[in-house]
Amino acid sequence: MSRILLLNIVRFIVLITMQVFLFKNMGYYNLATPYPYVLFLLMLPLGMPKWLLFVICFFTGLIVDGFYDTLGVNAAACVTLAFLRTTFISLTVQLENHETFATPSIGEMSFRWFFIYCLVLVFSHHFVLSLLEAFTFSNFHYTLIRTVLSCIFTVLLILLFSLLFYQRNKRSF
Amino acid sequence: MRNLWIFISKYNNFFLFILFFSTSVALIVKNNSFQRASALNSSNTFIGGIYQKIDNFTQYLNLKQTNKSLSEENAYLRSRLKSSLYSKLVEQDSVLDSLGETQYTYIVARVINNSIHQKNNYLTINRGSEEGITKGMGVISSHGIVGIVLNVSPHFATVQSLLHTDTKVSASLANSNAFGSLVWGTENFDSRKAILKDIPNHVKVQPGEEVVTSGYSLFPSGISIGRVIAVGKSGDSFLDIEVKLNNDFNTLQYVYVINDRLSHEKQQLERDTIISNE
Repeated sequence: MSRILLLNIVRFIVLITMQVFLFKNMGYYNLATPYPYVLFLLMLPLGMPKWLLFVICFFTGLIVDGFYDTLGVNAAACVTLAFLRTTFISLTVQLENHETFATPSIGEMSFRWFFIYCLVLVFSHHFVLSLLEAFTFSNFHYTLIRTVLSCIFTVLLILLFSLLFYQRNKRSF
Repeated sequence: MRNLWIFISKYNNFFLFILFFSTSVALIVKNNSFQRASALNSSNTFIGGIYQKIDNFTQYLNLKQTNKSLSEENAYLRSRLKSSLYSKLVEQDSVLDSLGETQYTYIVARVINNSIHQKNNYLTINRGSEEGITKGMGVISSHGIVGIVLNVSPHFATVQSLLHTDTKVSASLANSNAFGSLVWGTENFDSRKAILKDIPNHVKVQPGEEVVTSGYSLFPSGISIGRVIAVGKSGDSFLDIEVKLNNDFNTLQYVYVINDRLSHEKQQLERDTIISNE
């Protein structure tokens, strides 16, 4: 358990650092901006208490917002992600008692499950994010294009990370 | 109350979402200037949209007054335009010379109406009797002869253009000094050409030779009119010489009206001679 806590803390620090110092400067003509820090939220233990999940998501979002100078935007997106995450997991995974601390990753679940999980949550996160950034429904097609392209970018990065650490996870288990 | 707690804990996921999401949105609207402004604006867009729709109807009722005020303003602005101002300034140059008395003075005028495509063409210039223009004065431009003043009003004058079937100007060939009359419109209606008639057969005419005014009519002698382009025979003893005019009547802008101080005297004398001979 303490190992999982430590892993999550390390993951949090590494991902947030990379997000605010590296990925903040990356992008494709303001159309695709990656937010791979959500991988931290995706890989929180499966059986977490909901309130704790919401609190963690909210504050993670707030911290990222602090660096992005958009107080509340990422927080709202992360809260949406948390809501969909609990719904998605309750719909697709039958949790056994001992699996409470299992990490939703490619190593533990199937690649297909993780891919769809990623896609749905990242899309919802990015959709709320771009919508709140624009704060208007006019130019909706632009918001949507931005969402889809950013989503593809982020999912690619997340899969890259997951595959990078896939081997190590397998070995340690 | 207990049921409410059960309800909330049953759907705690959703309520947590609502709680945190609304907190986030509150933070966004409170702390980010752009979203704050547009949050205020989006309500204004709604209200403003309604006002806009109502205004679309009400402005029809005021259309008449609006039109009236606009046309009044148009008229006022038009009167302020430079083109609507009338210049009373006339430049009339004469040289004081103790050797020769000045015979000709020139009055600058602007062509304000012109035609070249009629059988008989007329011009209107913006000088009239108040500026000293009288009927029968010659009109030239910097490139050649333009015509003869036909009618005069206080501020305007009409000019019978050289491109008129009744205009006859005495012209001579620069090399041989043989003179004839320059006419237009008998056979050709090309505004760039005129015919020099009444040049005797024996005169040798070269194409390209210059044609100038002879000084027998209203114009000073030696004003270049054009150049010979073709020589043809019209009858037994006279040549028909085609002359390319220097003047482009199509783009005529400023002309000079010639004031001949001695023309009245000359005409009087010539008339008296004819009468006394009869």
